[in-house]
Amino acid sequence: MEMVSLAMGIMLGLCGVGAGIALIAGIGPGIGEGQAVAAACEAIGRQPEAKSDVTSTMIMGCAIAETTGLYGLIIGILLIFVAPGIFSGVLKSTVESLADVIK
Amino acid sequence: MTEKERGRDAHFRMVDGLLIALMVLPLVCCIVLKVLFTPESEGVDISGAMIYFTAPFPGQELIITESQVNSWAIILTLLGLCLYLTHGLTEKAETKRQLIAEWIVEKCEGLVNANMGERYAGYEYLIAAIMGLSALSSLSCLIGLFSPTGDVNVTAGWAILVFALVTYTKLQGGFLNYLKGFTEPIPLFTPMNFISEFSLPVSMAFRHYGNVMSGAVISALIGTALRGLSKMILGWIPVIGNIPLLQIGLPAILSIYFDVFSGLMQAYIFAMLTMLNVSGSFPQEAWEKRQEKKAIRKQRAALAKA
Repeated sequence: MEMVSLAMGIMLGLCGVGAGIALIAGIGPGIGEGQAVAAACEAIGRQPEAKSDVTSTMIMGCAIAETTGLYGLIIGILLIFVAPGIFSGVLKSTVESLADVIK
Repeated sequence: MTEKERGRDAHFRMVDGLLIALMVLPLVCCIVLKVLFTPESEGVDISGAMIYFTAPFPGQELIITESQVNSWAIILTLLGLCLYLTHGLTEKAETKRQLIAEWIVEKCEGLVNANMGERYAGYEYLIAAIMGLSALSSLSCLIGLFSPTGDVNVTAGWAILVFALVTYTKLQGGFLNYLKGFTEPIPLFTPMNFISEFSLPVSMAFRHYGNVMSGAVISALIGTALRGLSKMILGWIPVIGNIPLLQIGLPAILSIYFDVFSGLMQAYIFAMLTMLNVSGSFPQEAWEKRQEKKAIRKQRAALAKA
């Protein structure tokens, strides 16, 4: 039983670590959106009359650039809220089958 | 005002009342269902859609979840809204609602015309439907419902619809041309082209779902944190201590960004990407060649007949 709880602990901890690593994906969209907004600000400064067009295009581009970050976020949320349940179910079934074999 | 006109007015108002009921009742039913089914819980409650009931079905059990029920209620609400806006149309716009309806139709037509071109006239109904459904779904969490777009199954369904439309548009250049499109620029790229083909629905579904769901998760986390904080700070006061006072205010401000702005934004982006993908996937050259071939075939047939 000690081994099982140890395995559970390792599994939960690694799920958390994995979620943290997955959220590194947030760096890319952050830099990318920052650059997009900077370019948009420059463009508006050069041509203030095109402000509405530039702003709508920028928001659109930002939302699309955000997707890669969202992939990381989804993986992280799955790892925290969904994966532990699945893994502990697998662990339980393996432990039961092992107990059957030992008997 | 004559007696007859007054009678018509009463009739008109009665139909109006029915339509407003059609708009409001589904949402009220959803709220009642949610209140009935929500289990009492303490601590962080971040979960997907609740399962209302399951029915036996060949292969797998048919699961009716909150998101399905809510999205059907939202479809009914949209239907009621459309009927209400177009009720009592006159040739010259007189009522406010007719002006609003005309404005919506004009905007959608203008958007589709500007982004897809004349060829795709008729797509504005689909685009308006997607936009309205997505926006209302995302906004439905303002009245406490689980927003259906926070469930990947719903957005995946929409993304599959878009994928089917894109494939249909690509197939207009002929099936062989469609297959040939996978081997470009060189046959070595075929697997990558396959992946990029199927990444379109995945990315569209995950983009919409991820934005809405991340907002919901962050709102839930902050709400729970504020509840704990107010218990810690104000817990010693006899009566007021039981009320999470710190939960007032901040979650509402956050919800303006996460629910209203982000939801409307994603509706716009989903519609925009639908338009761009469908109109961008049209094989112009192949289609023209095909039309030429068809014209030649028709001429030959006409000659043979003569």
